[in-house]
Amino acid sequence: MEIFDKIKLVFLMSAILEIKNVVKKFISEKKEVLAVDNVNFYVKHNEFLSIVGPSGCGKSTLLRMIAGLETPTSGEILMEGRKIKGPGAERGMVFQQYTLLPWRKVLDNVAIGLEIKGIPKKERYEISRKFIKMIGLEGFEDSYPYELSGGMQQRVAIGRTLANDPKIVLMDEPFGALDTQTRTILQNELLRIWNKDKKTVLFVTHSVDEAIYLSDRVIIMTARPGRIKDIIPIDLDRPRKRNSMEFIEYKKKIVDKLKDEVLKTYNMNNYSI
Amino acid sequence: MNILKKIIMPLLGLLLWELLAIWLNNPVIIPPVESVINILMNPQTSVLGTGNLIENTIVSIKRVISGFIIAGIIGIPLGIFMGYFSTIMDLFDTLIELLRPIPPLAWVPLALAWFGIGETSMLFIIFIGAFFPILLNTIAGVKSVPKILIESIETLGAKEKDILLKIILPASSPSILTGLRVGAGIAWMCVVAAEMLPGSNSGLGYLIMYAYSLSRMDIVVASMVIIGMIGLILDRGLKYLENRYFKWKSLTK
Repeated sequence: MEIFDKIKLVFLMSAILEIKNVVKKFISEKKEVLAVDNVNFYVKHNEFLSIVGPSGCGKSTLLRMIAGLETPTSGEILMEGRKIKGPGAERGMVFQQYTLLPWRKVLDNVAIGLEIKGIPKKERYEISRKFIKMIGLEGFEDSYPYELSGGMQQRVAIGRTLANDPKIVLMDEPFGALDTQTRTILQNELLRIWNKDKKTVLFVTHSVDEAIYLSDRVIIMTARPGRIKDIIPIDLDRPRKRNSMEFIEYKKKIVDKLKDEVLKTYNMNNYSI
Repeated sequence: MNILKKIIMPLLGLLLWELLAIWLNNPVIIPPVESVINILMNPQTSVLGTGNLIENTIVSIKRVISGFIIAGIIGIPLGIFMGYFSTIMDLFDTLIELLRPIPPLAWVPLALAWFGIGETSMLFIIFIGAFFPILLNTIAGVKSVPKILIESIETLGAKEKDILLKIILPASSPSILTGLRVGAGIAWMCVVAAEMLPGSNSGLGYLIMYAYSLSRMDIVVASMVIIGMIGLILDRGLKYLENRYFKWKSLTK
């Protein structure tokens, strides 16, 4: 037993985030919905971890709980060993919806996190310019969000989160609303930034392809109530080739596991109609 | 061509008025256009011993500004807190909904009883008129702030103060300005009415009532024209600010 405890300890030391027995129920007047049921996993330092699952499986809810925007009904989430209570700057989040402040220029949007931290104007602009360059939007510092395309706005949102220097970046289908080409470009950008900045990323997506292309490990969730069905490590060198045999093998394996879950969701929805 | 379309109806109105004035030949009912223009063209000459048109206009404007500023100072913060904190909303909501439908002029007797005849009563009436549009538009502005904007800056480390100052206030400012514009219009209407109250001895409203008592309809109409013009300038000015500073509102998808 003692040896197991020691192994566990070594594991936990490399873990930045631990999710322990997390349950989330949404209770409305008419009914109670179990969204997330007893989920356990951990995220390692500098890891790129993705969560895939059928729509409505609670993966976004899980991410929102980690961000501190929802409270678990039971269980706990530990960030570097400390239980999280509400949102915090060390857990930056990029949303699927556009969340830039429309009255602020790109530069001031990227700088807002630093502004909240109380960093002087000159310094926070300097840092922000660096990140605007990193996301490939040099020259757009003085543009307003409405002057940018959807893909550019998402880049700014990513830049804003990174400029704030979080310990972990939570991404909730950040490329979900974008067309395929823009999506592919941004996936590569994200990998480049992740490599350079050595951040921990927890990435929610419904695209198996995206998850395999990006991640060190992929968590597969079941249909509602969301549980962890499997965790698949992706042992492929980067940059990964989508048409390589290994990539396709991974895809088959994950899609197969997901298929039952998607069918369950489909049946569930049909019954409820 | 466009300008012509815009001014043709006012010009026709003026023509009709002048024809009626000539036909009736009774300046107590319809003063001829030229007598009104004559008064407007010489705003520095004293009218009826109450000071000149410019002085009376400035008196009215000063009153509106004072009452309006007080309404803004109370209405905007209260609106922000009511819109953001549901407890404050619950506390004030019923009271406000009860007071809101009461026309500002219905407050006149109470105002006179509380503050006596004079400036304070007039300011109170103007305040009542401007307060509710400012408050309600501020609340609506705060309530329409997308929740996702608040959540996204919470994950950047924002606390309540940052949310209020960096999200709620700027996001609702177009709506607040709309409230100010509507409030200014109503305040302007209220000042004229308040100046018609007993005991008033200056301002455009007073001038209208005094000129009426002397059957000087040319002065009445000249004052009315000034009231209309200032109301228009006020509205257009604030509308200009809306378009100038809050372009993002209409351009954001």
